[in-house]
Amino acid sequence: MANVFTRIGDWVNERAPGMMPAYRKHMTEYYAPKNFNFWYYFGSLALLVLVNQIVTGIFLTMFYKPGAATAFDSVEYIMRDVDWGWLIRYMHSTGASMFFLVVYLHMFRGLMYGSYKKPRELVWLLGMLIFLALMAEGFMGYVLPWGNMSFWGAKVIISLFGAIPWIGDTLVQWIMGDYNPADATLNRFFALHVIALPLVLLLLVVLHIAALHEVGSNNPDGVEIKKKKDASGIPLDGIRFHPYYTVKDLFGVGFFLVLCAFIIFFQPTLGGWFLEPDNFIPANSLVTPAEIKPVWYFTPFYAILRVIPSKGLGVLAMFASIILLFLVPWLDRGAVKSIRYRGLGYKVALGLFAVTFLLFGAIGAGKSAEWIPAIFGANADVSGIEMHFGWFLLVIYFGFFAFLYVYTAFGYEKTKPVPERVTTHA
Amino acid sequence: MANEGVDYGRRRFLTATTAVVGGAGVVAAAIPFIKSWEPSARAKNAGAPVLADISKVEAGQRLSVLWRGQPVWIVNRTPALLATLPQVDSRLRDPKSEMDQQPKYAQNETRSIKPEWLVVVGICTHLGCSPEFVPEIKPEPFDPEWKGGFFCPCHKSRYDIAGRVFQGVPAPMNLVVPPYQFVNDKQILIGVGPGEKA
Repeated sequence: MANVFTRIGDWVNERAPGMMPAYRKHMTEYYAPKNFNFWYYFGSLALLVLVNQIVTGIFLTMFYKPGAATAFDSVEYIMRDVDWGWLIRYMHSTGASMFFLVVYLHMFRGLMYGSYKKPRELVWLLGMLIFLALMAEGFMGYVLPWGNMSFWGAKVIISLFGAIPWIGDTLVQWIMGDYNPADATLNRFFALHVIALPLVLLLLVVLHIAALHEVGSNNPDGVEIKKKKDASGIPLDGIRFHPYYTVKDLFGVGFFLVLCAFIIFFQPTLGGWFLEPDNFIPANSLVTPAEIKPVWYFTPFYAILRVIPSKGLGVLAMFASIILLFLVPWLDRGAVKSIRYRGLGYKVALGLFAVTFLLFGAIGAGKSAEWIPAIFGANADVSGIEMHFGWFLLVIYFGFFAFLYVYTAFGYEKTKPVPERVTTHA
Repeated sequence: MANEGVDYGRRRFLTATTAVVGGAGVVAAAIPFIKSWEPSARAKNAGAPVLADISKVEAGQRLSVLWRGQPVWIVNRTPALLATLPQVDSRLRDPKSEMDQQPKYAQNETRSIKPEWLVVVGICTHLGCSPEFVPEIKPEPFDPEWKGGFFCPCHKSRYDIAGRVFQGVPAPMNLVVPPYQFVNDKQILIGVGPGEKA
């Protein structure tokens, strides 16, 4: 006699016959390449952080009070008076930074192993849309505590739209719903942060994974495992996602959570990198923080804005630096996916690109004000050196995309032979 | 139903017209939602003109008042400061105030109605920081030939004592002169120009 669980299962399957096939397609019979390495942890970790943000976010909304007069105090109320409120809040704020960390590593993995290339262009595009939605979500979330950096950050970022000709000023006023970031701005950002953008994010994540499972995962060798199948149609180099990769990912989750726990319990502000000191002061429209700078995950793009002495061009370059990433699948004309078998030029270019991104991050975070006097002496012209070095970095950043096209489209790349199967097969 | 005798032209026409009418409906329905984001009646009310008493502002001093949540600076400029204005013309982006950053009645050499009284919105035109008031005519770390003016600590933009922006700094434009009028010798009304109704 079948037990009660089997009977419930049968009852559901009779009424929803498509459910088990869907589970098999995405879990037990989703064949992933067997040679996934360290870099393949970050997709599932991003999913884990997303769940963390939703759960902790739901609990924060139970205590947080949107509104210019109440927001800051309600966050302090969560931190001091709500039982375990500090933990829930720090899990959310640390989660935001960890989200960007794993997403940046996940994107770098895609660039290294050519995961954006045919037939996975759609996976890459959906991923880039997730990145955009995540940036909007992160920005609006940072405004909610209504600290002084929340206020001035909001003012700076919204005023970027003022650079659009003709409609700029009207658009800025429309976004703020006032003549300055105010109660109206905070309330609409709250609505977008807790309802609108999470819905968009969830939908995009479902589409991202669905699109991936249609074409199958890439791997560090960049070979298509679907080309070599056994008699029953299963890829020779594939293993079931569940239980093999669920177990591998759980192992990574263990390490990841230890790291997160360390930050949450011992360094919740991470020395001003995750939560800036100025945001522990209530918003004040008459006192500008000594240095307005975004949280670390926006600093590379902020630096691009900062080193260009023209507002219109700066905004244009900043948006271009993100838009160009969308186009990578079409800029890269090379047939070889993985960096293991690509030409030396690509390896050097990608390395320079990554270093440039980090250096831009340091400039955007204001590190140049410390580093330049240390290197060039106390009398060095900090802003001048920063600007000229910034231009040099701009050439590398945008040059990467131009180089990628020229290098691959005109046959300059000398690739190595790509193996028939993944290199770790038995 | 059989497909013979289907009038494809009619079908296309009906599909297209339905799509157009439906699309127009969607646009019309979106208007209230888009309009709801504009400053509300309460916000507009709070943005009403502000009266400032300038009788106690000595020469060389600055008064800061709040108008629409923004600092508006009223500076009583000394003759020495006014004399610096022509000296810096060659180092400015827009010395003649040709960009639309001020009302017509303030588009002159001093960017003001009365030469000594400067009225500007104290928000950097780069990214909205609030610059510092540095009125002394003496060399400064950020400018060895400083003639007095405003210095933004965020991205090091500099303005002269008429709020005109220097070349080679991130800020693209001069500081904004808001609409204002002198009610009498002691009071300035910020938010409405001379002869305009509040």
